[in-house]
Amino acid sequence: MRIPWALLTLFIVINYGLLMTALVQKIGARVGRRHGIPIWQNYIDMLKNYALRTSITHGVMFYLGPVFRLSGGVGLLLFVPSIYGSEMFANFSFAGDLILALYFVFFGTLGMALGAAESGHPYSAIGITRGLSQMTAAELPFALAVFAVALQYQTLSVTEIVAAQQGGVLHWTLFTNPLAVAAAMMSFLGSMMRPPFDVVLAPQEIPIGPPTEYHSSFLAMMQTNRALFPVAKIVVYMNLFFGGAGSWPEFFLKVFLIYMVSAFVGVVFPRFRVEQSIRWFLIWAVPLGILAVVLV
Amino acid sequence: MKEELLKRIVKTPDGQEIEIDPLRDYYCEAGPTVQPPAYTAIIEKLFNWARSESLWILGFGTGCGAIEMRPLMTPRFDAYRYGIQWRPTPRQSNLFVISGYLSVKTLKRVIRSYEQMQGPKYVVGLGSCTINGGMYWDSYNTIKRLDDYLPVDVYIAGCMPRPEALLAGFEELKKIIRAGKAEGANQYAANFDWYKANQKSVIHDWDMPDYNW
Repeated sequence: MRIPWALLTLFIVINYGLLMTALVQKIGARVGRRHGIPIWQNYIDMLKNYALRTSITHGVMFYLGPVFRLSGGVGLLLFVPSIYGSEMFANFSFAGDLILALYFVFFGTLGMALGAAESGHPYSAIGITRGLSQMTAAELPFALAVFAVALQYQTLSVTEIVAAQQGGVLHWTLFTNPLAVAAAMMSFLGSMMRPPFDVVLAPQEIPIGPPTEYHSSFLAMMQTNRALFPVAKIVVYMNLFFGGAGSWPEFFLKVFLIYMVSAFVGVVFPRFRVEQSIRWFLIWAVPLGILAVVLV
Repeated sequence: MKEELLKRIVKTPDGQEIEIDPLRDYYCEAGPTVQPPAYTAIIEKLFNWARSESLWILGFGTGCGAIEMRPLMTPRFDAYRYGIQWRPTPRQSNLFVISGYLSVKTLKRVIRSYEQMQGPKYVVGLGSCTINGGMYWDSYNTIKRLDDYLPVDVYIAGCMPRPEALLAGFEELKKIIRAGKAEGANQYAANFDWYKANQKSVIHDWDMPDYNW
């Protein structure tokens, strides 16, 4: 009985992700005094891409790149409970799901690296190099924060971590272990592909980096993942640091607010070069993470 | 033919000698084929609607008219409202705006970019220069009629047309796409030899494969 419910979770999250990313893009456009895209634009773009009549391939890994990326997003979502206390939306979470989630966060990027490398485009290679080095630096504080949280609650189960945060806002990890949350939120900025950490795609510089050669349904799959993955990642953050969600409305609100952190930072700050962003993570985020682990 | 496109023998780092024929190894020799519309009429209508509401323009300014596209991204005109976006790579875009005069040198790049786009794809000719040469009608190195070299869906007349005219032109293109009449890619495939002959008649230093996706 868990599989249909998991599929329902997936359906809800993909639709929510498509609408929310369009909304955030609209908000970004309003900051620039533009009207912005229609809220349903993501659906049309995806349909258009699936409907293209021709497509070409560069080999097996080129096919598998988007597949890996999407399975990274789906896996991350399905092995972490979406709604706390709900039998239906606990998905496939189990005692050690925190470790698996950490793995899935990186999985899509690696798959993409293999796929984009086979496309043979120089800009893909540059984008991948930048993406992997930046991701590695950004993952470091997140991993440290996760260790701090796991030590704090003495468990590797996301469900138990959420359970330990129930009973009021002040029980959230945000207030019981602020250093870990600060380190993790800095890492969050780095993994959301928004400025100042969007040098991987760098649209005006290396024509959108890794997906340069991707088109038609390959691209549509990556667009699906673009809607799904941030939400899945935020679900992990929400569960670990912000007390989880007890119902879908609470889920939608919290995910939106956490996403807006990166959107706020994104519209204010210009782009970092890759060595600047790595230095930024190592100087500001990693010490916070180490401190969080030491103090716990 | 460029030197890098000639057949040659290369020594690999481990001492092996291999023969490389770039035109055969790196490019596809098969020309484009006519692609039929999808499944049933109602699905094709849905697809056409989606195509019309999601125009991704290739960010390649071929002439002076490219300056008229920039205001469309800014708050004053904001084309994103109409589902129009700019993509930096030909693979992902489906609308090519030929912005103004097209020199023979640029035509070469335009053809390569156009052939890398995935169908259905559309071409908009911007400004008088794409229609009859405009003020460059007697120039020795610009083409006069864009229609001879690429299948054009919509022309936007003027020298230069204002951004509003571009928006009106895009709306016109949307109507054509929704009506299922924007079959430029198929037209190109069906009359491939004619287009190639025209292209080769002006590009004298043809140093690329005939069809390069």
